[in-house]
Amino acid sequence: MEEAPAVRARGITKSFGDVVALDGVDLDVTSGQVHGLVGPNGAGKTTLLGLLLGLAVADSGRLEILGTPVGRTLAVPDGVAGFVDGPGLYPSLTARQNLSALAALRRYDAGRTSGVDEALEQVGLTDVADDRVRGFSLGMRQRLGLAAALLTTPRLLVLDEPANGLDPAGKHHVHRVITELAANGTAVVLSSHRMDDLAALCSDVTILATGRVVFSGPLSKLAAESGELDYRLLTSDPAAAHRLAAETPGLRVVPGRDPGQRTDAAVVVRGPVEALDDLVVRLVGAGVALRELGPVVTPLEAAFLALTGTGTVSARNDQEDPR
Amino acid sequence: MTATVTEPRADARPAPVLHGYRFELVKLLSQWRIRLLLLACWIAPAAFVAAVSLQSSLPADTVFGRWMNATGWAGSLVVLDFSCSWALPLLTALVAGDVFAVEDRLGTWRHLLVAVRSPRRIFVAKTLASLTVILLLVAGLAASGIAGGLAAVGDRPLAGLDGHLLGPADAAGTVLLAWACVLAPTLAFAAVGLLGSVALGRSPMGLLMPALLAFALQLAQLLPLPVAVQLAMPSHAFLAWRGLFTSPAQSGPLLLGLAVSLVWAVVATALAYRLFLRRDFTDLTYDGSGRQVLVTAVLPLAALVAVTIGVIGTATPATGSGIDKGKLQDSLATAYAHLYRLQTQELHRPEVTEAQLQATASCDKGGSLVEDEGAGNDWRCVVSWRLPGATAVGNAIYQLDVTADGRYVADGDGPKEVNGYFQVRTPNGDAPNPLWQFDGNVDLLAASTQKD
Ligand SMILES: Nc1ncnc2c1ncn2[C@@H]1O[C@H](COP(=O)(O)OP(=O)(O)OP(=O)(O)O)[C@@H](O)[C@H]1O
Ligand SMILES: [Mg+2]
Repeated sequence: MEEAPAVRARGITKSFGDVVALDGVDLDVTSGQVHGLVGPNGAGKTTLLGLLLGLAVADSGRLEILGTPVGRTLAVPDGVAGFVDGPGLYPSLTARQNLSALAALRRYDAGRTSGVDEALEQVGLTDVADDRVRGFSLGMRQRLGLAAALLTTPRLLVLDEPANGLDPAGKHHVHRVITELAANGTAVVLSSHRMDDLAALCSDVTILATGRVVFSGPLSKLAAESGELDYRLLTSDPAAAHRLAAETPGLRVVPGRDPGQRTDAAVVVRGPVEALDDLVVRLVGAGVALRELGPVVTPLEAAFLALTGTGTVSARNDQEDPR
Repeated sequence: MTATVTEPRADARPAPVLHGYRFELVKLLSQWRIRLLLLACWIAPAAFVAAVSLQSSLPADTVFGRWMNATGWAGSLVVLDFSCSWALPLLTALVAGDVFAVEDRLGTWRHLLVAVRSPRRIFVAKTLASLTVILLLVAGLAASGIAGGLAAVGDRPLAGLDGHLLGPADAAGTVLLAWACVLAPTLAFAAVGLLGSVALGRSPMGLLMPALLAFALQLAQLLPLPVAVQLAMPSHAFLAWRGLFTSPAQSGPLLLGLAVSLVWAVVATALAYRLFLRRDFTDLTYDGSGRQVLVTAVLPLAALVAVTIGVIGTATPATGSGIDKGKLQDSLATAYAHLYRLQTQELHRPEVTEAQLQATASCDKGGSLVEDEGAGNDWRCVVSWRLPGATAVGNAIYQLDVTADGRYVADGDGPKEVNGYFQVRTPNGDAPNPLWQFDGNVDLLAASTQKD
């Protein structure tokens, strides 16, 4: 049997009164894919994820989830789990009670608590399993929300800003859980404001700006679309590096915006990767040691800022402004 | 059954109501507020009844209060009377008035919807769960009051509101029946609480709705409203249970009160259901439907009151205040005869029967210038009776304070040796003369027996 895509959305439109939250959105997510959803505040990410969970229906457009067309609210097929706008948890119940109640509701054998324990362990909350959720931190709640979603062994996992408030250990747990799920064939759609998280987790991203898709595709393609980037060089001889960079064809030295940056002796240049390679050869040839070389912002972040027209950091490249 | 777990269904079915119900119950019982309420309802009445029953000053302004150290059953009835005026509306407000709103406060609607997949079932589960908790609370009030009274005073006969004695078994049955009857208005208030909780979202006004309604109805009870209006109120059954304690029972107002309460319960629940299914759960900032509440909740209930008043006004013999000279005279004479017999027994005089006494009463309200009708503390009655073998007719004077709900307190005004204050030695210790002050209740719905 040919497996249906986890999500297939075509021309999804959703308005709240005068506000057009989603405007002709297409989205494709295949199983085993971790798909990131990014966009500025109010771009429509939560609205789109809510549609995937069946919390609302689109005003127009077609939405198929796990091969089933979704026409009315709460009619999404089994196998979809997740949360939007924070995990729904009951503060007067313990972590374990929250999960057991949910398991019972979804008709998973409530007596078989191993599922609950497993889920708690997967997100690293075993130690606080019998504490009331009232005292949980933001990050612990996020992790418990993820554990709740794991209980139903989902085939489509929908997460709205799952990395919100996570400490490095929590992030590690969450990333591992998501990666494992994807490896086992679960499709994951998540939104985030953290570009580094997305870059680490996602194979594909969709960028939304004011309800429209401005980019959708693999991360690698996005990096290519971001065009010229700013790179930061740390060398043993900043003055010489500065001079050599200025001489390299195709490269431009970006004047330091922050006077404080001068003191750490970094040089920021802009240009294509080939020109950068040239500069490195020149530096080494001139006996200047190269200690660090990296993009000032990640390609994803650069693309994001460029595509959504919200940033100025390195957005003055040749990308068209979506507005 | 088990195979379905691995086999993904095309379209997820909603969670069974029973599971949802259990979840709602767990959520309710995990709240400290509810736990404290339960604890209080199961302990406080017993402590109160036991403590008060052993004192000499009794809460005589509450019906049955003056009998608290005569029988253990009176304590529970004092608790019942108090619960009817405040505790039950407040309990329902705290439980039912919050079951829906709590999800708004916690922002868990989406979560719950994704888990249950059916707003209908969520509504049913929440309604049943809050009902269960309310029943537990009422059962606690009843059981605790009875236990406190029986432990402190004992299982003794209870004098009814017409003075006739109910044997212990009769008393037990009637007390339990009275508690069962007030479940109906409690359900009505609970339904109003549900409606408030659904309609007003997280705003605390929803929580207050049953309490506000109770307060408004309490105020209305103080007014000399026509009997048709009084009986149309959903709280009337909170008073009408008193009619169970006369012989024969004043079943008319009680049955009507139960019917009105149940209609309220059904209508308010239906309104809440309709409002609930219409609401938009994706809106996190939902603060209730605001002005819409007026149209969808308050107006239908106001219309219900109007219709009920109309129906009661045309279909029953209820007219005016429902309190008139004839009814008071009959009620007072009956109570006097029963209590006279009790007094005779307590004073170890020769037995008389009510029939031999042939007690009659003649009442007048506020002198000749005032019409002899309605509530007031200016009723003055003269009771006449005969003793077997004696030719003289005895006369005793009573001042009556009659309230609009049909309850009255008769205060003996002489002669002293008949209805003055003195202590009588009873097998259970000293007690005030039973003819000195006593409670009575007139049937607001009964056809007037006034002959003149
Ligand atoms: N229930 C609603 N009623 C009215 N407007 C809404 C509602 N939900 C969302 N919107 C509007 O739709 C637009 C998209 O909102 P959405 O919450 O999807 O954005 P988002 O991308 O999740 O933003 P953020 O990054 O801040 O979480 C916003 O303009 C918002 O005001
Ligand atoms: Mg959002």
